Amino acid sequence: MAAQGKIVWVSGPAVRADGMSEAKMYETVTVGNAKLIGEVIRLTGDVAFIQVYESTSGLKPGEPVVGTGNPLSVLLGPGIIGQLYDGIQRPLRELSKQSGSFIGRGIVTTPVDMTKKWHFVPTVSVGDEVTGGDILGTVKETDIIDHSIMVPPDHPGRKIKNIVSEGDYDLETEIATTEKDGQTISLKMYHKWPVRKPRPIKRRYDPNIPLITGQRVIDTFFPIAKGGTGSIPGAFGTGKTVTLHQIAKWADAQVVVYIGCGERGNEMTEVLVEFPHLKDPRSGKPLMDRTVLVANTSNMPVAAREASIYTGVTIAEYYRDMGKDVVLVADSTSRWAEALREMSGRLEEMPAEEGYPSYLASRLAEFYERAGRVRAAGSPDRDGSVTLIGAVSPSGGDFTEPVTTHTMRFIKTFWALDAKLAYSRHYPSINWMNSYSGYLADIAKWWHENVSEDWLSLRSEMYGILQREDTLKEIVRLLGPEALPDEEKLILEVARMIKIGLLQQNSFDDVDTFCSPEKQFKLMKLLVNFYREGQQAIKEGATLTDIRAMPIIGSILKARMDVKDDEMPKLDQLENDMQKQFKKITGVKVTN
Amino acid sequence: MTLEGGVQYSKIAEIKGPLVVVDDVDNAAFDELVEIETNEGERRLGKVLEVGNGKAIVQVFEGTTGLSIAGTSAKFVGKVMEMPVSKEVLGRVFDGLGRPKDGLPDPIADKFVDINGEPMNPEQREYPKDFIQTGISVIDGLMTLVRGQKLPIFSGSGMSHNLLAAQIARQASVVGKQDDFAVVFAAIGVQYSEAEYFRRSLEESGALKRSVLFLNTADDPAIERIITPRVALTVAEYLAFDLGMHVLVVMTDMTNYCEALREISAAREEVPGRKGYPGYLYTDLSTIYERAGKLQGRKGSVTQVPILSMPSDDITHPIPDLTGYITEGQIVIGRDLFRQGVYPPINILMSLSRLMKDGIGEGSTRADHSEVANQVYDAYSRAQEVRALAGIVGKAGLTEIDLKYMDVGDVFEKEFLTQAIDENRTIEETLGILWKIVSKLPKNEITKIKDKYIDQYYKEE
Repeated sequence: MAAQGKIVWVSGPAVRADGMSEAKMYETVTVGNAKLIGEVIRLTGDVAFIQVYESTSGLKPGEPVVGTGNPLSVLLGPGIIGQLYDGIQRPLRELSKQSGSFIGRGIVTTPVDMTKKWHFVPTVSVGDEVTGGDILGTVKETDIIDHSIMVPPDHPGRKIKNIVSEGDYDLETEIATTEKDGQTISLKMYHKWPVRKPRPIKRRYDPNIPLITGQRVIDTFFPIAKGGTGSIPGAFGTGKTVTLHQIAKWADAQVVVYIGCGERGNEMTEVLVEFPHLKDPRSGKPLMDRTVLVANTSNMPVAAREASIYTGVTIAEYYRDMGKDVVLVADSTSRWAEALREMSGRLEEMPAEEGYPSYLASRLAEFYERAGRVRAAGSPDRDGSVTLIGAVSPSGGDFTEPVTTHTMRFIKTFWALDAKLAYSRHYPSINWMNSYSGYLADIAKWWHENVSEDWLSLRSEMYGILQREDTLKEIVRLLGPEALPDEEKLILEVARMIKIGLLQQNSFDDVDTFCSPEKQFKLMKLLVNFYREGQQAIKEGATLTDIRAMPIIGSILKARMDVKDDEMPKLDQLENDMQKQFKKITGVKVTN
Repeated sequence: MTLEGGVQYSKIAEIKGPLVVVDDVDNAAFDELVEIETNEGERRLGKVLEVGNGKAIVQVFEGTTGLSIAGTSAKFVGKVMEMPVSKEVLGRVFDGLGRPKDGLPDPIADKFVDINGEPMNPEQREYPKDFIQTGISVIDGLMTLVRGQKLPIFSGSGMSHNLLAAQIARQASVVGKQDDFAVVFAAIGVQYSEAEYFRRSLEESGALKRSVLFLNTADDPAIERIITPRVALTVAEYLAFDLGMHVLVVMTDMTNYCEALREISAAREEVPGRKGYPGYLYTDLSTIYERAGKLQGRKGSVTQVPILSMPSDDITHPIPDLTGYITEGQIVIGRDLFRQGVYPPINILMSLSRLMKDGIGEGSTRADHSEVANQVYDAYSRAQEVRALAGIVGKAGLTEIDLKYMDVGDVFEKEFLTQAIDENRTIEETLGILWKIVSKLPKNEITKIKDKYIDQYYKEE
């Protein structure tokens, strides 16, 4: 039976209640007369320690606390795509219908519209043996999402006794029953799943397919694989959110889960306003048709911030289980860690570094381990992936603080944002010297098969130029640029061109915002060839002044904005023109 | 403020710092307003921070100086702290707790509103994109302010942030619109002279009757500062969302607010985060800053310009750091420029307006605005590098193009940045100077502007 206790103590989002001996750890409870939603996070004797997901202002000792018997769960079924949820999967659109422009408390809603009818097409028949994860049928959720209705993963496995025929049903309709030994289980188009428990899978694969984001510095220099993990740390103003928005917009995934965890309200509004109008470059459909938003903005109750990450990743795993590639973007995991710290403080736990609880590292590890490219449970066979990308907001921009250092242990791609680059308006301000990708070797095969055999060698050559420049810059700082010979000045010049013409990318420019793999490769090739030709020209007697005066440079630097993805011959033409101009400057020297 | 009913308790168990622990309490709520009365009949206000097991921990806004364990009683008022609001608050001056300070009676309340506010539903927000012309070139041109934005000024002690904030408040207007506007000013622990400067500045420009002032000066109780921004924003929200006005809220100095918060946290013996500030400083600040915005279906807006002084000019200090993570950009006052006598001494490279991209361009300012601004940022950043280099190798060691960038830096600071305190430039004038700066560069250095705009606006001298 459900626990029924009374509040004995209130402090901010933390509440203690006695008479709770029946309560279970992580059980959801309703708190007080206002029926606020909370979760049991510690049990001592018959006293339960509860984190409350709504504002506790006005709550009094003596008010009732009632257990629900269930852990914090999300509802999984058609209707999730396109929603904006709070941290515990309450749709904010519904909340506004009930409480207006500001978020009220104790509101009860369902995560999706339970009365909406969906067109269900069964794919199993009476008598079929089914088990957890098996697909029962499909529903067209949006223009681009075919939603598989699956047997809940914890289902024991039975024969189908009944299944409805193709038709329109709402979520509460029983669409099938299974039977074994006279025991019948009813199945609907939705099921619930506890957020803190990863959904089961059959097996994991190595992540070796790149997630194409259309962002050059990511795809070309520090790629992430489908099913991989990545982190974007950066001080404020370095462009974390813009970079994450870019990934959410352009990544080649079928579903994107965007978690605004303790961030600005206007940023969620921006996504809501912008995404319905933006077209997915692959399907041509509105981006909102593949996006789920989870928002716990910074001024919303702190405990729900902790839950929002789990809510998001469970939804991501659900769509992965249908065989889809899902990208989850969490902005920012630091706020989630701070929520942990706040609750830990109120529990009077012994703090570790900077007041964070000692289990911060293990919680981060558990979260990032939920990424992966997998064979989903159940039949028919399907492979899907969850890619996890978390922003980190290090205090003072200091990457040695606990959240950044612990995150670095559990992720494989690290995009270090640099305040100095941001100050000089070099965006995205991903520092090419401090960032890394552990997937480079694994995903090179994809580039070689799909774009060009030269991809990895050109990338290394280009990265080599940037590394040389980094060393030369030290000399320039001491002696000035004129102290260098022309061969080395050429490196500085080409590095400058790489920065402006390739690394920088204008998210607000219609053309530059997304760059296809082919265009990325061609721009890279153009710049590397410029370097090779330049070296040759200097050997043949040209000076750097001659090279700098070549009109082609301006066109190369603007090619990222001027050349559209379907105009690749223009880049070939540019390369031809470049060679001609190099011939001209060396030719002039020869005739003199 | 009316205080009626409630339960009286006289058993005070402990007084420490700004906190009073009341014993044998059986009917108090978290966050409830408390009235503390001394033997002499003096009344102070407080609120419940923690309640349970027969005890309530109460934070006293006016401080605990002079309170005694035997002679003090506490009355739990039965509601959270509320601010009476109505149109009559315009033109009035209140103290840091929202009580009249101008000798006039309480305004007749249209309604009483919980000063903590409620979080705006992000689904109901309207994305801010109306350009506000402040008449200050560097802001309008490079870090544009829009209605509903929160754009703080990061300054340091002794610098000219107050002049700048007052100039913004006087000149802020939206091009082509003559809407209802109001200014809400919250002085949080600042010197009397600073608050007075602001008041006089509003008076001289005739804006005082459209303003509401909340004054907690340096000699007022420190804990009261926890409340000052909240009452100010409660009034601002009422003016904006009930009366449809465009409200500019100036709050100075948020550093004093954070210090008051730290004082309470220390008295509660909480585990501290960085530099002794509580671990929840971010969340707490967000409940203030996130109250800026616009709402769908409502006319008004709340725009915030909070001012904070960075201790030792350190932008990585927790207060500017956490503020920057919440606000939509920042305007950073630079010590070097200030020393050189430049006004406004804004360090543009460290400054940023996140909402600028949607507030500018065709239809609000001009189509080339974003690109020319990007190019000037880039050029000024190059100019700074060249200046640093010139410091080492001398001007003689610079290339011809480097010298052009030096020139750009000078023109930028002298003609664009520098502006008189009463000079109100139109956006066209501002863009004109930006192009003048860009035109100092040869065309092949211009990598961020489309050719069609170069053809239209670039003028070689």
